[in-house]
Amino acid sequence: MIVFEHVTKRYPERGDALKDLSFRLEPGEMAFLTGHSGAGKSTLLRLIGLIERPTRGQVAVNGRNLGSLPRRSIPYHRRQVGMIFQEHRLLPSRTVFDNVALPLVAIGMGRKETGRRVRAALDQVGLLRYERVLPMTLSSGEQQRVGIARAVVARPPVILADEPTGNLDPELSREIFGLFERFHEVGVSLLIATHDLDLIANLPYRVLRLHQGRLVADSGNW
Amino acid sequence: MPKRRRQSRVGLTLGRRFDAWLEHHGQSALTTIDQLLRAPLATSLTVMAIAIALALPATLHVLTENLRLLGGGWQQSAAISLFLGPDVDEAQAAELAARLRSRPEIATAQVISRSEGLAEFREYSGLGGALEQLGENPLPVVLAIDPTIPADDEPALSQLAAGLEALPQSDFARLDTQWSRRFHGIVDLLHNGVLLLGGVLGLAVLLVVGNTVRLEIENRRGEIEVMDLVGATGAFIRRPFLYNGAWYGLLGGIVAWLLVAVLVALMQTPVDRLAAMYFTDFDVVGLGARASLLLIGGALGLGVLGSWIAVGQHLRRVGPD
Repeated sequence: MIVFEHVTKRYPERGDALKDLSFRLEPGEMAFLTGHSGAGKSTLLRLIGLIERPTRGQVAVNGRNLGSLPRRSIPYHRRQVGMIFQEHRLLPSRTVFDNVALPLVAIGMGRKETGRRVRAALDQVGLLRYERVLPMTLSSGEQQRVGIARAVVARPPVILADEPTGNLDPELSREIFGLFERFHEVGVSLLIATHDLDLIANLPYRVLRLHQGRLVADSGNW
Repeated sequence: MPKRRRQSRVGLTLGRRFDAWLEHHGQSALTTIDQLLRAPLATSLTVMAIAIALALPATLHVLTENLRLLGGGWQQSAAISLFLGPDVDEAQAAELAARLRSRPEIATAQVISRSEGLAEFREYSGLGGALEQLGENPLPVVLAIDPTIPADDEPALSQLAAGLEALPQSDFARLDTQWSRRFHGIVDLLHNGVLLLGGVLGLAVLLVVGNTVRLEIENRRGEIEVMDLVGATGAFIRRPFLYNGAWYGLLGGIVAWLLVAVLVALMQTPVDRLAAMYFTDFDVVGLGARASLLLIGGALGLGVLGSWIAVGQHLRRVGPD
């Protein structure tokens, strides 16, 4: 589903963020991406979401080489990739419902179908009762779940999460990972960047460890 | 859930996509006007700035059109006023007028008697009291002559005027075509001024709309980024801002039109008074259908163009390149 081949990403200001990185994530696979801050986790995710392009090497998602994707095709690529951010990135002036509906509005889905899907997604993350409130009135863990509902509402085959539990206590973090497992069970490919090593130690999923831009450990390289 | 997921990967049909596109246009138009109406002060300031910038050249245009209409009557008949000598009485004047009328180069020759002249002078100069003091009427008899010679044939007209002045009964003759020419020259100059002013103030409208839309883009930076990250196309993200500019332009154009209409209505009374002095009826013409359409349509176009430029300059997208 996601293929990296000898990918290097160099920033002019701070040198190589990723160095000659290769790995492959199979369709329906769920994996964690670990490493110190600055190890390149976010950069790797940004390459998959086409927020950045690699300096060298190739990234392919869902069989499509992102290097040959013209700029105008980027939105269509991003619809295949649900992104979850540590800082949630919700729109404070819109209700929870409207925030979750954004990806569907962007693809031009009808009102009725949008309402149905948004409520289904909110139900999955257990926030259906909050659809009419503004995100700021929710706790941090709840806001993160709104962000997750927004990432899954358009049912993308790939979900990326960048430190989704960064601000949460262990109990809430476990809840969030429980949600990811449920998406994994229905066939979504997930790549989750985290430094919550204690939490993932007991989980039966592949762990990719980055150190200074290199892949230094891979628990399940098939 | 697994079944639905598979279903969702099937793309939307073309018809559905067109409906969605149309719906988003309607939605963008409605949401943006709703946002504008929610901030009435800020909106009306921007709209007024646009309206005043547009009303200025439009008013000048109305002014020159009216002057042109007013001057149109004069141009067709270059008139000669023949002032007769102080010892020429009205009977002699009438006889002279009859003789002049028989000449081929003269269409009409009308006697304006001393008392008529005095009545007009008293009515319009406000010096009636001073005239009373004089005791006797100091005004000469005047012949108002319309030549058949076309107004642009200056040499022939001058020759005719000189010939009339040389008559023994005549004191002097005044040919009005020179003044009319100068008048038309001034009108043409004003008309060029309208175009120039229109160009400069059109640029001002672009800047006003562009700057307002730029601020709007800055205010909604977060929203733009999120829309970009969830896969909204550039056109989709730009659309509300373009509608924003379109509304500003349209509202500004309509208000400018209203301003001009009010000015025309206000001008009618003083113009009536002035026209009465010249024994004519003159209805001030407004913008007319074509110019109105041009004003409002042009304002709309400027609004869209202004926001289009702002969007192109300031809507940096999240992503590579």
